[in-house]
Amino acid sequence: MTDKRITVFAGHYGSGKTNIAVNYALKLKEKYERVDIADLDIVNPYFRTKDSEKQLEERGIHLISSEYANSNVDVPAMPAEAYAITDDLSVRAVIDVGGDDRGALALGRYVPSIKEQNDYEMLFVINKYRPLTPDCASTVEVMHEIETACGLKFTGIVNNSNLGDETTAECVLSSLAYADEVSKASGLPVRMTTVKEDIYGEIKDKAVNCFPIRLYIKQSWAKQEEDLWQK
Amino acid sequence: MAEKVLMKGNEALAEAAIMAGCRHYFGYPITPQTEVAAYMAKRMPLIGGTFLQAESEIAAINMVYGAAAAGKRAMTSSSSPGISLKSEGISYLAGCDLPALIVNVQRGGPGLGGIQPSQSDYFQATKGGGHGDFHLIVLAPASVQEMVNLTFKGFDLADKYRMPAMLLSDGTMGQMMEPVSLDVDEIKQYDKSSWACTGTKCEREHHIINSLIIDPDELEKYNFERFERYAKIEAEEAMHDEYRMEDAEICIVAYGVAARVSQNAIDKAREQGIKVGMIRPITLWPFPKAALNAAADKVKTFISVELSMGQMIEDIELATRCKKPVLLCNRVGGMIPTTEDILNSIAKANSVGGDK
Repeated sequence: MTDKRITVFAGHYGSGKTNIAVNYALKLKEKYERVDIADLDIVNPYFRTKDSEKQLEERGIHLISSEYANSNVDVPAMPAEAYAITDDLSVRAVIDVGGDDRGALALGRYVPSIKEQNDYEMLFVINKYRPLTPDCASTVEVMHEIETACGLKFTGIVNNSNLGDETTAECVLSSLAYADEVSKASGLPVRMTTVKEDIYGEIKDKAVNCFPIRLYIKQSWAKQEEDLWQK
Repeated sequence: MAEKVLMKGNEALAEAAIMAGCRHYFGYPITPQTEVAAYMAKRMPLIGGTFLQAESEIAAINMVYGAAAAGKRAMTSSSSPGISLKSEGISYLAGCDLPALIVNVQRGGPGLGGIQPSQSDYFQATKGGGHGDFHLIVLAPASVQEMVNLTFKGFDLADKYRMPAMLLSDGTMGQMMEPVSLDVDEIKQYDKSSWACTGTKCEREHHIINSLIIDPDELEKYNFERFERYAKIEAEEAMHDEYRMEDAEICIVAYGVAARVSQNAIDKAREQGIKVGMIRPITLWPFPKAALNAAADKVKTFISVELSMGQMIEDIELATRCKKPVLLCNRVGGMIPTTEDILNSIAKANSVGGDK
């Protein structure tokens, strides 16, 4: 957890940003009265924060997203309400940015205010098991592309290395060296190691700032069988 | 086995194409397949390949025609409305006996339809999708791993039989993420020197790739020859998978995402003591007729589970010679049948149907 008012999650396409953002907002809500989560993803039309809108609102977390998100109207529009993140200083905000440099472009619009207030954390979500970021060099390259696209520098790393349903403790443990290497090369600290709840116990003493997460964003055909929000 | 990676279906098929030796990709963006083009745009320049975003789907398929005519492994991808635009080019590829892979990540239709998953291009894929007498080899993946394996298979079969192949996927398969192994078979090399347009160097006769054949006798001859090849493919290349069919009295037939939901429904129905199993076509053309016809002598009812208004059901009835009733369980327009939808159909199938 960070003391900063705004937390931005960005990273490579499919690195797990949305699910982490939802989990993180829920955690913030335990401590703060007003928490907003903003879905700035203009790249991916399928799995997004909007999928969890009802559940988030029930828990008192306000979702800011494009009125076209999940309407199946394939329009990459930005929500006007997103300015509330930088204008309303009484709110703790989580920003879920779209994947890669293309997704990060959308964040740029808000960067001057975020910089001016200088009360933010921008976290780089990484997954060693994604085929285009299997090593330190390729991961850092994606990091620079995102920073260039949005005009904001990362302040930390979230190691979300996982293999989906087949993630084991071993998978996560063997990614720690990779996260350290990315940390050294970029000069950024590893702020969190995110792991599925079922293996959290095996990891928590072995990785820095271990953060247990639930998989809230799932494919629709799977969602109907396993509604984790009920638990 | 190589270490697994976590991939989206669209990325996985793109990487598999590269591993299969494809260095020529021509595309045009459309949801929900745009990740294929985005992935190719990143990867192709790094490995000396060509990624080209054409000015239209029609241009892209004709660029595939050119690359294939030069003997190269070429590919294009699109989603339903874009495949309709490519249909003329696909017919020309078939008429010129050119191998290529065409990927369709289906969405709801007709017309512009919607961006959510669908299987309503079944007829288009298996019965033509262009003018003239021809077939495509049609492969239907039901997991991200099969996106990899069947992309490989598609390029191989296309080269082996000198004809276009189609990977018939859908929005769910394209967008879902699963761990995959990229450990695939060695690439088989096929000798294309007898027909590929690679330059004569003034040392041989010209090779001509052409589908315009003015003489009816000759055009008929080409058609007959092509259908002899198709008969061989029907006899040798049909692929399917069976799930809990040993003692099944009801047989679900489903492919792609419909097969995944069906599998869950079968497990639940089995808990209630209903003997139900599944035959999952992996090739939609050639359709696994023999397996279905054999099953028709054992089960009392079939259920076709599809994301279309009853398209594959016709092939099931043909393959089984209507020996047993075939029920339809379907959702369309971007909707996916739920486990409950399928369980209801299973209950219905259990109460109807002829003698075993």
